Amino acid sequence: MPPVLWAPAVLALALVVLPVLGLLTRVDPARLPELLLSPAALDALWLSVITGLISTALALVLGGPLALVLARSRMRGLRVVRALVLLPLVLPPVVGGLALLYLLGRTGPIGQWLDAAGLRLPYTTTAVVLAQTFVAMPFLVVGLEGALRTAGGRYEQVAATLGAGPWLAFRRVTVPLLLPALGSSLVLTFARALGEFGATITFAGSLQGTTRTLPLAIYTTAQSDVDAAVAMSLLLVVVALLVIVVARPKAVEGQL
Amino acid sequence: MMSKLRMIIGAMIAFLVLAGCGQSQPQSQPQHMLTVLAAASLTESFNELGTRFSQQHPDVHVQFDYQGSSTLAEQIKQGRAADVFASADTKNMDKVRDLVGTSETLATNKLTIVVPPGNPAKIASLADLAASGRTVVVCAPQVPCGSATQKVSQASGAQLKPVSEEDDVKSVLQKVVAGEADAGLVYVTDARAAGAQVQAVDFPEAAKAINTYPIATINAAPEKQLAAEFMAFVRGPVGREVLAKHGFGTP
Repeated sequence: MPPVLWAPAVLALALVVLPVLGLLTRVDPARLPELLLSPAALDALWLSVITGLISTALALVLGGPLALVLARSRMRGLRVVRALVLLPLVLPPVVGGLALLYLLGRTGPIGQWLDAAGLRLPYTTTAVVLAQTFVAMPFLVVGLEGALRTAGGRYEQVAATLGAGPWLAFRRVTVPLLLPALGSSLVLTFARALGEFGATITFAGSLQGTTRTLPLAIYTTAQSDVDAAVAMSLLLVVVALLVIVVARPKAVEGQL
Repeated sequence: MMSKLRMIIGAMIAFLVLAGCGQSQPQSQPQHMLTVLAAASLTESFNELGTRFSQQHPDVHVQFDYQGSSTLAEQIKQGRAADVFASADTKNMDKVRDLVGTSETLATNKLTIVVPPGNPAKIASLADLAASGRTVVVCAPQVPCGSATQKVSQASGAQLKPVSEEDDVKSVLQKVVAGEADAGLVYVTDARAAGAQVQAVDFPEAAKAINTYPIATINAAPEKQLAAEFMAFVRGPVGREVLAKHGFGTP
């Protein structure tokens, strides 16, 4: 590696790490326990973790098969589909929230129909899950699709020549091959769901215990009590770090 | 395919350049830049006042930054260079008390109920908002419009059970405009700014939570003299006229 690349590398790291350290300097240790254990903070943390887990599961159940289709199918127009899947990554989150609202809200084409059936999505925890899944699922799809392409389809073909049906080959060959990439993609998806803000506040609103996840609580609290908001931010940073550092399987390092 | 793309990009650049030219034609060269930090709810009225002020002072360009009052107060605390601060409540002005000159009352505002056009949920009073089955959106207690909401609901005894507590008044308005809420509580001025997109339902309890907007010059202002002139201007006859037109009460 050319030594000259060290300088930008260190700068890049500093750009990510220093602001978070800056946050730490604002923390008031005396008030920290009281702020972290406040009902508002605990409700928000609990809601964030639960919805984040459900969103990640949903992303796996729906996004996993989508990744398989993108990697293996020879359908025409697949490039367009792939671009569409990436859209939530580049859209401003508020746009995602508005899009969900105008589709599934009371006056939306699908929402109207749901409303008639007595089902309302905005302002519910389900809306939070949908917003998080919308924003986080591309991470899973992209991660898995890349792994599938790298792995290629030869093992499945061999399995087929040995008499395995598509479902058996998928379970016994494709899934085990994907496991490392699956682990890292799931962690990334969960982390993104945990940090989701814009789509949630636009589509689901913000109410303690129902829709106010940790990022929303931080924003609302910052309007009146910066210390409490900093304490909650710290909570989010710690949870995110736990997820990334601890939950991420060691074998996965370097796979992402 | 490629050439088509190139044409589109070319057309976009040409458009941007032309649009830019139209705006950058200076009538006279402004020599002074006045930076005004103002509560988001002052956007429409201060834009108009800025234009009127520049007409009187052709060498001055007034630059506005409209955000939530608490965000602006925090920025001033962090040392942001600016000349004037207009807050939507006294609480946030108090936060920067040491960094600004004497604050004066600029305007007052009060809440109103907004409903979608036609008032589908038939809301006529604050008590109607508390009735079950109504989807009501309000501001969070942490922001000025939310503390006003708390005050009126306490004064009236109406137990509001909102489906969402938004972080700013415009988000409340947006949910009513989108038809996702049967009613919302916003300032009179926001209801007026939304025009025909919403209908306002005034209620007497609103008088229990009159919100005061203070304005002050910032001690470290680069344009101290101009800042004082601007403050006097918006509190003078022109300022009153413009603020009243947008629905504010004036002292």
